[in-house]
Amino acid sequence: MSNSSRKKLLLMGRSGSGKSSMRSIIFSNYSAFDTRRLGATIDVEHSHLRFLGNMTLNLWDCGGQDVFMDNYFGSQQDHIFKMVQVLIHVFDVESKSINKDIDTFVKSLTMLQKYSPQAKIFVLVHKMDLVQLDKREELFEMMMEKLQATADPYRFQLKGFPTSIWDESLYKAWSQIVCSLIPNMSTYHQSLLKFNRILDAEEMILFEKTTFLVISSTSANTPDLDPKRFEKISNIIKNYKQSVTKLRTTFANLVIRGSNNLHFYLDALTDNMVVMIVLREKPGMSQDFLVLDNIKAARKWFEEIEKSDGKKAVDEPKHKLVQA
Amino acid sequence: MEATLVSNPKDSSATILLMGLRRGGKSSICKVVFHNMQPLDTLYLESTSKPTTEHFSSLIDLSVMELPGQLNYFEPTYDSERIFASVGALVYVIDSQDEYLNALTNLSMIIEYAYKVNPAINIEVLIHKVDGLSEEYRIDAQRDIMQRTGDELLELGLEGVQVSFYLTSIFDHSIYEAFSRIVQKLIPELPSLENMLDQLVVHSSIDKVFLFDVNSKIYVATDSSPVDIQTYQICAEFIDVTCDLDDLYVEDDKQEMRTLFGEDIRSVSRLNNGCILYLKQMIRGLALVALIRSDEKSDIDKSLAIIDYNVGLFKQALMKVWAHAKLQPANRPAVEN
Repeated sequence: MSNSSRKKLLLMGRSGSGKSSMRSIIFSNYSAFDTRRLGATIDVEHSHLRFLGNMTLNLWDCGGQDVFMDNYFGSQQDHIFKMVQVLIHVFDVESKSINKDIDTFVKSLTMLQKYSPQAKIFVLVHKMDLVQLDKREELFEMMMEKLQATADPYRFQLKGFPTSIWDESLYKAWSQIVCSLIPNMSTYHQSLLKFNRILDAEEMILFEKTTFLVISSTSANTPDLDPKRFEKISNIIKNYKQSVTKLRTTFANLVIRGSNNLHFYLDALTDNMVVMIVLREKPGMSQDFLVLDNIKAARKWFEEIEKSDGKKAVDEPKHKLVQA
Repeated sequence: MEATLVSNPKDSSATILLMGLRRGGKSSICKVVFHNMQPLDTLYLESTSKPTTEHFSSLIDLSVMELPGQLNYFEPTYDSERIFASVGALVYVIDSQDEYLNALTNLSMIIEYAYKVNPAINIEVLIHKVDGLSEEYRIDAQRDIMQRTGDELLELGLEGVQVSFYLTSIFDHSIYEAFSRIVQKLIPELPSLENMLDQLVVHSSIDKVFLFDVNSKIYVATDSSPVDIQTYQICAEFIDVTCDLDDLYVEDDKQEMRTLFGEDIRSVSRLNNGCILYLKQMIRGLALVALIRSDEKSDIDKSLAIIDYNVGLFKQALMKVWAHAKLQPANRPAVEN
């Protein structure tokens, strides 16, 4: 069994901070409104998610009530904190007892240092929608400074995101978290750039199919555009996917001729990826067929990369054995 | 319908008057339907203190007037006569989760007055906030309200007045459905629009077609096949998807270019069961959205080409109808004089 294609992600944080809501929205197609039906998570809820074909995300959603927490740090510590690739720690921005929150964070850092010192740590400052717009950035900076200071003694480099389930910030955070686990990131990016050059497109964005998290993109010279557009697109398309299920089907592709002389093409690239291409119109060309055919042609190419992903995963453990 | 327009030549727009007791949900309806506000956010709306009027430019010039609930309409200082004379539809909102006997008395008083001033007025009653009621209780409430209103109007000697009832809630699409029906009653060109859409459906292998107002997601017209609420929802959401994606890539300084030589927005999405969602921008904030079912995969492209051509024809026809409609208000006073 090769372990490097199975990734263990710990989702931790004190009770009520919104851990299960996040998981349900990103991986189970809940709408933000639906999440209020979720009850408290009892102990640890495991979910296994196939991501990009051969990568499996084992998401451990750890219930945050004190009883369970004491268990995690006590009797179950080696079970929970062994072979962790990623820790995602969620902080409720409205929490009354910040010190206690940080306390649990420190505890899990201690455990991680003991059992999996290579783990990546992500911090999500969650429920940002409850903070006034102009204060959000300041508050987030303050929070991150404090958390980094607490993590320094453990030699962990933190990466933090302000998030809220009511806007696209959640997608941004999770895209980056999941991308940090993809081994072939640079190959995907290079191929996408090449593809972009061939079609002379304004922009291409690569999404994972089920979650619609952004894997890679080629933004050339578009500083005027909305910097949050990737997350917004994820959000829009996910809503669309959801609404199409009412016809008991899924969508195959989407072609839009926009108002600004731009054409949008959204089509499946491989079984696990969807590509969105933004193309400026060139006069005298019926490009719709051309682009869709090109996507078909690129399909083989990207499938190859996906497969090579699997090979590497098999190779790597051997390599490690030799080193050991 | 014609009479509404003629009776008030100054104001050619179709006006909807929203009335009801306080806390019935009038402002929330306005915000949700016309301003794309999230239903949950309407909890924080403040009480409306004075009459508000808003205009929406679409195929019909729609304006929505909202009267505060706590107002006494029969005070002499208040020019209710002029208002009632100028509106095409009176929408009365009843809170179904509250005790509604007061509201019914108020309603019949208003109907009596409005009918005297403007016999051509459409009276629509929204039995609102039904999301909190169980299925059978909704039916009971509707029957009860219809019965009591009928009795009250009979007592007042107004049995000829047509009152339509709708069960609505801002948390689902019922409010859009109700408003679509209400707005459709105000469009004098509706029969010809429906006829045109029927023609389009027959000749283009389209399953269902809607003519939407992009801003509010109210459908101005549809073909004569029955409206399936799910199809409506999907079509309405398809507009959102198209517009939202398009908006992301519009740079501010190119706004003018957009109007100069921007072609119409067109969006096509294939679904895995062979259906196609089709959207094409029409004139004046309208969009045509169609659901196309095709069985054989091979001729999708051909049928799309046919549909494109037919929709183009439909758009030209729409422009003619609109040019004609624009002339009417100017002509009518002259005819009268």
